[in-house]
Amino acid sequence: MLYAILCYHDEDVVWSWTKEEDDAVMGRLAVVRERLAPVIGPSARLLPTTAATTLRKSPEPIVIDGPYAETKEQLLGFYVIDVEGLDAALDVARQLAAANPGGAYEIRPIALYQPDKRVP
Amino acid sequence: MTDMGWINGAITGARPAAIGALLRYFRNLDTAEEAFQEAALRALKSWPANGPPRDPAAWLILVGRNAALDGLRVQARHTALPPDEVLSDLDDAETPLAERLDGSHYRDDVLRLLFICCHPDLPATQQIALALRIVSGLSVAQIARAFLVGEAAMEQRITRAKARIARADVPFEAPGAAERAERVGTVASMIYLVFNEGYSAGGDTARSPLCDEAIRLARLLLRLFHTEPEIMGLTALMLLQHARLAARFDAAGEAILLEDQDRTLWNRRMIAEGLALIDKAIRHNQPGPFQLQAAIAATHSRAVGAADTDWAGIDALYAALERMQPSPLVTLNRAVATAKLHGPEAALSMITPLEERLSGYYYYFGARGAFLAQLGRLAEARAAFDRAISLADTPAQAAHIRHHLDGLLRPA
Repeated sequence: MLYAILCYHDEDVVWSWTKEEDDAVMGRLAVVRERLAPVIGPSARLLPTTAATTLRKSPEPIVIDGPYAETKEQLLGFYVIDVEGLDAALDVARQLAAANPGGAYEIRPIALYQPDKRVP
Repeated sequence: MTDMGWINGAITGARPAAIGALLRYFRNLDTAEEAFQEAALRALKSWPANGPPRDPAAWLILVGRNAALDGLRVQARHTALPPDEVLSDLDDAETPLAERLDGSHYRDDVLRLLFICCHPDLPATQQIALALRIVSGLSVAQIARAFLVGEAAMEQRITRAKARIARADVPFEAPGAAERAERVGTVASMIYLVFNEGYSAGGDTARSPLCDEAIRLARLLLRLFHTEPEIMGLTALMLLQHARLAARFDAAGEAILLEDQDRTLWNRRMIAEGLALIDKAIRHNQPGPFQLQAAIAATHSRAVGAADTDWAGIDALYAALERMQPSPLVTLNRAVATAKLHGPEAALSMITPLEERLSGYYYYFGARGAFLAQLGRLAEARAAFDRAISLADTPAQAAHIRHHLDGLLRPA
């Protein structure tokens, strides 16, 4: 079963990390990724919401500066994982959380997954 | 990262919103700052045991407000009651806090805080010191080190700024549209001054965190003005310049020219963010000085190697900047692009009229020397380089020119 793990956190906090703190978190996450290599698929870390642009799909689409939703915690990235079921997905999320505390993970089952055709 | 690392990050991240809200309650910078500090101390004790709160800013505001109110009550027993206006906002303390803490309140609070730190009555040096102390939360010692002044002098500068704001009787209402635009411009200039202090210091570790701090402040401002292309330009400009930090100096601390830098050392994440922001800004079709400078930096960032640089594009952008904001420094920078496009002769005649106005300027004589050397006018080049060395602000600048002088001695 494919799940997306959506990473939410206060971007003010995350983008206040010093390089050392950021490197430390990334280093610990790399260890988890290594350990969970068979189940963790593609992942992405997003730039701050200030870099975002939103296209409103009105009949005449409108382009708006900034993120879709103004929230206290922002979508900062995501993982795609392939596991047995929810318990296993939660276990992956717990291991990621131990490496990168703060914020929340939303575990969301994937309905349709189209892998990257550019990569053989 | 340790627990403490995460907690410090959360406190720093929440700081502008929390101090902004506390300032709304107490209408006094010192009280707001002390309330926040008390709340931060309690957070350091409580969060490791209880886990971080869902909304760190709301937690810090509530705890800080209660702590400060306790303080005021204790004081009241010893002295006269504080004047009504100090407490006037507190009558409705029963109002559910959640209602007062929605995102829009945060925005107004943070904006008010930035406007107060950049109050027009304050000289730029005081605006910077106040913003770094109050909004960024740097210690007085850190700010003093960054600006190469004594701690006592910096403490005095900040105290004076606060006193001036208290005297100025700052209105706490949001200013009207016209004044708002003007004051946003002042905040943007303050942020860029902070950045330049860090940028010009190069590898100096006490000063380079100023660049990160300025970028953080710019993102904060951009979140308040999501659609303002000049704020996008400012943020992009600083990201694109700061991205080159690791490549700008050699092991001996000597400056490495842009064209000689190892571009693999450039920070790709900062460049991606800067390019995204300049792309967004350009869509607005309202060019401004920050956007143009960011576009110039972006052109350099997009070149895979120095030889791939689009000098014609850079020359055109500098020409636009010259029209918008005429300055001998802009012309001096444009001359570098002109030299690449049309040769050193054209560049030299472009900068020669600037000599009187830039007679005390290191970069002018450095550039002049380089153009003369390219033309084979070695004696004149040597004179210009000597002049540049005498005007150098840092040993790295002087060493850089000496390197050029050595080049003159070597047979071509």
